[in-house]
Amino acid sequence: MDDIVKEFLIESGENLDRLDQELVKLESEPSSKELLASIFRTIHTIKGSCGFLGFARLEKLTHAGENLLSRLRDGELALNAEITSGLLAMVDAVRTILAVIQASGEDGEEDYATLIGRLAGLQNEPAVHPPAAASGPALEALSASPPAAGETNAAKKEEKSTQPSSTQTPRKPRRKRKLAESSPDPSKIGGVLVERGHVRPEDLALALEMQEKGRQKIGEILVAHGAASPEDVLAAQQTVELRKADAAGETIRVGLPLLDRLMNLVGELVLARNQLLQFSSTTPDAKLQAVSQRMNLIATELQEEVMKTRMQPIGNIWNKFPRTVRDLALGCGKQVRLEMEGQDIELDRTIVEAIKDPLTHLVRNAVDHGIEVPEARRRAGKDPTGILTLRAFHEGGQVNLEISDDGAGLDGNRIRQKAIERGLITPQQAALMPDRDVFHLIFLPGFSTAEKVTKVSGRGVGMDVVKTNVEKIGGVVDVRSTPGQGSTVRVKIPLTLAIIPALIATCGGERFAIPQVSLLELVRLDSDGRGKGIELVHGAPVYRLRGRLLPLVNLDRELGIRDKAESSARSTAVNIVVLQTEGRQFGLIVDEITDTQEIVVKPLGRQLKGINAYSGATIMGDGRVALILDVLGLAQKAGVIAEEPAATPDEGHGEAGAPQVSDERALLLAENGVEGRVAIPLAMVARLEEFPRTVVEHAGTQEVMQYRGQIIPLLRLSEIIPATRDADMLASTGSIHVVVYSEGTRTVGLIVDGIVDIVEQHAAVEPFTSRPGVVGSFVSQHHVTELLDLPAIVRAAVPGIMDGAQSEAGGI
Amino acid sequence: MASQQFCTFLLDGCLFGVPVSQVQEVIRFHDITPVPLAPAAVEGLINLRGEIVLAIDLRRRLGLPRREEGTLPINVVVRTGEDAVSLLVDEIGEVIEVSESSFEAPPNTLHGAVRSLILGVYKLEGSLLHALDTVNACQVPATTEAMAVER
Repeated sequence: MDDIVKEFLIESGENLDRLDQELVKLESEPSSKELLASIFRTIHTIKGSCGFLGFARLEKLTHAGENLLSRLRDGELALNAEITSGLLAMVDAVRTILAVIQASGEDGEEDYATLIGRLAGLQNEPAVHPPAAASGPALEALSASPPAAGETNAAKKEEKSTQPSSTQTPRKPRRKRKLAESSPDPSKIGGVLVERGHVRPEDLALALEMQEKGRQKIGEILVAHGAASPEDVLAAQQTVELRKADAAGETIRVGLPLLDRLMNLVGELVLARNQLLQFSSTTPDAKLQAVSQRMNLIATELQEEVMKTRMQPIGNIWNKFPRTVRDLALGCGKQVRLEMEGQDIELDRTIVEAIKDPLTHLVRNAVDHGIEVPEARRRAGKDPTGILTLRAFHEGGQVNLEISDDGAGLDGNRIRQKAIERGLITPQQAALMPDRDVFHLIFLPGFSTAEKVTKVSGRGVGMDVVKTNVEKIGGVVDVRSTPGQGSTVRVKIPLTLAIIPALIATCGGERFAIPQVSLLELVRLDSDGRGKGIELVHGAPVYRLRGRLLPLVNLDRELGIRDKAESSARSTAVNIVVLQTEGRQFGLIVDEITDTQEIVVKPLGRQLKGINAYSGATIMGDGRVALILDVLGLAQKAGVIAEEPAATPDEGHGEAGAPQVSDERALLLAENGVEGRVAIPLAMVARLEEFPRTVVEHAGTQEVMQYRGQIIPLLRLSEIIPATRDADMLASTGSIHVVVYSEGTRTVGLIVDGIVDIVEQHAAVEPFTSRPGVVGSFVSQHHVTELLDLPAIVRAAVPGIMDGAQSEAGGI
Repeated sequence: MASQQFCTFLLDGCLFGVPVSQVQEVIRFHDITPVPLAPAAVEGLINLRGEIVLAIDLRRRLGLPRREEGTLPINVVVRTGEDAVSLLVDEIGEVIEVSESSFEAPPNTLHGAVRSLILGVYKLEGSLLHALDTVNACQVPATTEAMAVER
């Protein structure tokens, strides 16, 4: 394809994006002359270029649009939604044709006769609010011969100023605007000629009028009538070109590959600088030190500047939204005003690209589901025009994007009901879930509360895709909503994808980077305790992490660095990196954990794409390459995630409610009274806490305490399971031991007299007991120990607290 | 008579060559990070001034016996498409100009996968120059075990 065509496509693409915005803006301020002029100019530029490049169909279409616009500009038509839609349809059609040109180099077969007809039809509509000076004959005259609009406003103004002398072409009066006297447009050939005194203003005005009749160039007309010499016209033309170039001189287009290359080189420079600094610090040469310090500063600054070249303002994607919102609102009969804050917040371009679709979806959703129709809003006592706000701001090294509407808000109960219908949660879970968690259900696959499926949304795909896409780039989505007042979706994303924080671990003598997004915690088992913590479930290694079995994956075996025998023969401590991916946790065993650092992510060549264990590579401080582990890929490879889909959203709270099914069971041993020993299945224990006695407060007769922003009831075990207590215990003023027990989101604290140990229960429980709240007893550490039925105790002590949670918290 | 410049190198005593136009640079020694699970011919990754480049051991790619312990290979960095690839060779030779008339297609007795890696031979005085199919050589099949038994 010709360079000139390519340039035309790029420029037109940008122009069209601007047109979208300007047309939507124009709708809200229909009298803005500047906007109209700018829109007109843009269309005219496209039309002019395609005439030159021989795209006849495109020219015809833009010509129709231009005619309509010129009538708007001259105030003969008032803009209405229909006209705006017509013009926007034209913009879309132009975009389609440009795409065809891009693909084939031709402007296609489609002639858009219907659209051209529609544009022509709109042109003949009478003005809704005719401007005072508009006269019937003028309208007729213009619709008969629409101005070709060869020049811009300024030129037209000039025309007006000289009109009295233009007697050769008798015309009907056609001025409807008050125009100030002004100099000719210096960016046009005519203007330049007048400026230089080569052409008299009157002649130019005449020529402009003639140009409106025919379609000749202004220079040609002037030369043909002897008003200017061809040399002057040519010189003026060159001046115009130069002036255009000057205006564009502030920016240049640079290919992205070049920028990426620059980034690479700067990264290398930084490495070289580090080596130089290291070297210079060992030599006493002051000159060398001075030079290397200077080099250091320059390299740092250079790196920062080059990083900036990859940044793009978020406004670049928001710019599309006014149009999206307008079309959508019109389509579903709503009135929506879009407000944007923080358009100039910058993000790495890869992130900007990745966030585009999710954001578009959220905006569509807000208009389609969030904001109500005008009648409903009036009934609710709100302004019939809904407000959709897009906000971007920095917070804690991340960028926050908020999409808020002032619509009806999310209906927690309807979401619960839908989620139960879809089998996403059980009725019990639904009852336990607070609204905040319920709102998160909308991000589950296959969820949509829309009563009817609309063109826009309601097919149940979307919100889960939004979540997945945002998480893919290391972001998080959160939704908040107040019934009747609207909802806010907040997307938190990192500034850049190119640099991520990572944990550096070694395995088989090589370093591997593990993105911190998936990192939960690190566990180190000392060599003397080796083998104690790691158990086998039918040959598969697991580790008990706070009572839950964590599947373990040997990185060396998974990568084939060492075989099974070698990897288990290691005598050193075991390092477990606890990772989470797709809601599943697993422990990755590595040789050593060295460091966490910010790494620059670089892609792997296509030859290594199939391995599915690495997400890229990075260059370490010493210049060597290290591979970045693909946590999801590894998990799949090791079979950690295969069977079950993502965990239920309340997993974080639910663990205590779901008894672990395993042969061996970890038990928490606690003291009750002087001699009494009780056991609680560890799986039921959310946390063990020690507090000063002063934390105990009273709510009525119930002892309570403030715990993690909640008020939780406190139960004294000694009052539930009576035990002998001596004076020491009663008088003790020190601290209390609290076993925190959670079911769903309800939390209860059980005060015990002391924590003894955590043991594995092998002995059989003998169910000989008449005490309520005790399942049975067994012998552990030479003590008779009573196994507590914690859910039953809690229910007996605080009636009603766990309502709706019974089925979940079945037997122990 | 048309002629072409070849960058030559030695592999297990044989003279190989790639067109000079495809060669980006030749580096003596470079630190290589191995890639576990990668196809056998992949030696690892090198850092070429900030660009991460895949290093392919041509001996293994061509099914030649392993390089002797302690000898360091030489990186011939070629660029065939977007990505640069480093081909590990035993020794680098001179750049020579060969005439197209001395070219012959590989003999029919050359069998199997190696055949797809050698475009043909140029008959030089006293030796034969194997013209490597650079594009094919830079592709590494997922299973390279088959390559090992070629020769």
